Amino acid sequence: MDMDSAQERDTVLAAHAGDPAVAALEAAIAGSIVNARFDRNELTLWIARDAIREAARTVRDAGYNFLADVTCVDWYPAEPRFEVNYHILSHGLRRRIRLCVLVDSLDPEVASITPVWPSANFYEREVWDLFGVRFSGHPNLRRIMMPDEWEGHPLRKDYPVEGYR
Amino acid sequence: MDAADFAISPLLEPRPVEGSKDRTMILNMGPQHPSTHGVLRLVLEIDGETVLRLVPDIGFLHTGIEKTCEAKFYQQVVPLTDRIDYLSPMSNNLCYCLAVEKLLELEIPPRAQFLRVLLNELTRIQSHLVWLGTHAMDIGALTVFLYTFREREEILKIFEHVSGQRMMGSYFRIGGLSLEPPVDFYERVQKLLRMMPEKIDEYENLLNGNPIWQNRLKGVGYLSAADAIALGVTGPPLRASGVDWDLRRDMPYSSYEKFHFKVPVSDVGDVWTRYVLRMQEMRESVKICQQALDGMPEGRLNADAPKVVLPDREKMKTQMEALIYHFKIVTEGFAVPAGRVYQAIESPRGEMGYFVVSDGTAKPYRVHMRNPTYASLQALETMCVGRLLADVVAVIGSIDIVLGEIDR
Repeated sequence: MDMDSAQERDTVLAAHAGDPAVAALEAAIAGSIVNARFDRNELTLWIARDAIREAARTVRDAGYNFLADVTCVDWYPAEPRFEVNYHILSHGLRRRIRLCVLVDSLDPEVASITPVWPSANFYEREVWDLFGVRFSGHPNLRRIMMPDEWEGHPLRKDYPVEGYR
Repeated sequence: MDAADFAISPLLEPRPVEGSKDRTMILNMGPQHPSTHGVLRLVLEIDGETVLRLVPDIGFLHTGIEKTCEAKFYQQVVPLTDRIDYLSPMSNNLCYCLAVEKLLELEIPPRAQFLRVLLNELTRIQSHLVWLGTHAMDIGALTVFLYTFREREEILKIFEHVSGQRMMGSYFRIGGLSLEPPVDFYERVQKLLRMMPEKIDEYENLLNGNPIWQNRLKGVGYLSAADAIALGVTGPPLRASGVDWDLRRDMPYSSYEKFHFKVPVSDVGDVWTRYVLRMQEMRESVKICQQALDGMPEGRLNADAPKVVLPDREKMKTQMEALIYHFKIVTEGFAVPAGRVYQAIESPRGEMGYFVVSDGTAKPYRVHMRNPTYASLQALETMCVGRLLADVVAVIGSIDIVLGEIDR
């Protein structure tokens, strides 16, 4: 991480220190908040890969009770290539937070957050199916959209959009 | 051709039943089953008539819409969004447009916002009418379908009048709406709104006192508030479980904060409650539509952003500048500043969210849809286990699934 983004992280975290999720994360896993950005009224925190389950649990206990969505963005050819996005909503605070995890293509694996939110089950299966990011500890990591015998992961940027495969 | 050619993955295996020589039975339901509202396949493990396990198998309608979006200009994605949840196309349009407008930081004129609210609430009524008709038909009350589709047709006629299409209107544009509504549009909506409460009474008269309807719905498919939140359920099923949450009121978008309406909530958590809440929601939607009609502001229909919004026909043919903008938007789209947004709205089925990532070019880098029934489907097993096989049909109807949005 370069100096600018470290500075941006600290500025954003300081500006949102009143947010229960930010406060709880800084208390629990401060070293694992890799980056932070506040853009268009949306708060995004990048979390180190091995801390995501802990981060999800911390955020949930801090009042962000509802997991709205899990999805992935493929930044091919950059490395780390995959960015798993978790959109979490707080019914009490009426606010959202986004957690991101960067995953490289050599070992695309993240800890599953199904122990924290069972609803992550289908979302993580979808990310595995369409991006090929594995979720360790997932109870049933099978393809969900594509047929079981399908080869490749269609939403990857290097997956062809036309012609025969 | 031998049987192996038709082999599909078993998903579940029969198990021995305790205290008996029997084994449980695996029953395959769908994908071509009328009560699964599309191409949902369920694999059920049953002991007699009791459901022990249930596994949904989806993806039969997967068309890769998210991948297609990445190859289109921002404005070309709007017609694709219609086709995701084909029963509430206008909600999809709105959600996508709001997401891109948030990326562009566009200011939408009040009149366009009110019209969007009006059309979205008509969509909600229309979608709930399809839900009611098909739900009742699943239970065996065939007549209701004929009544609800009669009014639905009236709403679709209004949609056709305003956008030119009954269902896939694509009427919304990034920055506003595509066309000025036709002259008698407001009168037609007013006529519909006057008629609607009476018609909703009529449906309730058909159903509420019916002992079969009551027995098939009451106490069936219970879902607790904690389970609903853990399993990602949103919309009417969430409110039927006692969670007072509606994005229109709690995180308002498109000027919903200017409207007065009640959010029906109950904590009974069964199929009957979901039915009652949706009926109340339709009545509230009628009220919102009426407020939108009465308070319709004057002014422009599109944002003041010539590089994003197509110029109107007249200007295009008389002004050089407008012609250039038109040419540029059509041939090379418009660049959207880099960034990412997640925009959610309350669709008739629950929280519909669009996650749009821009890399600064004229095509979205990634578009992801968070669809309400995709998540609600995960709660199906919790609601059905331990109950009779026939209840599965009632529960599927109560979460109002649309396979187009589940499979995308």
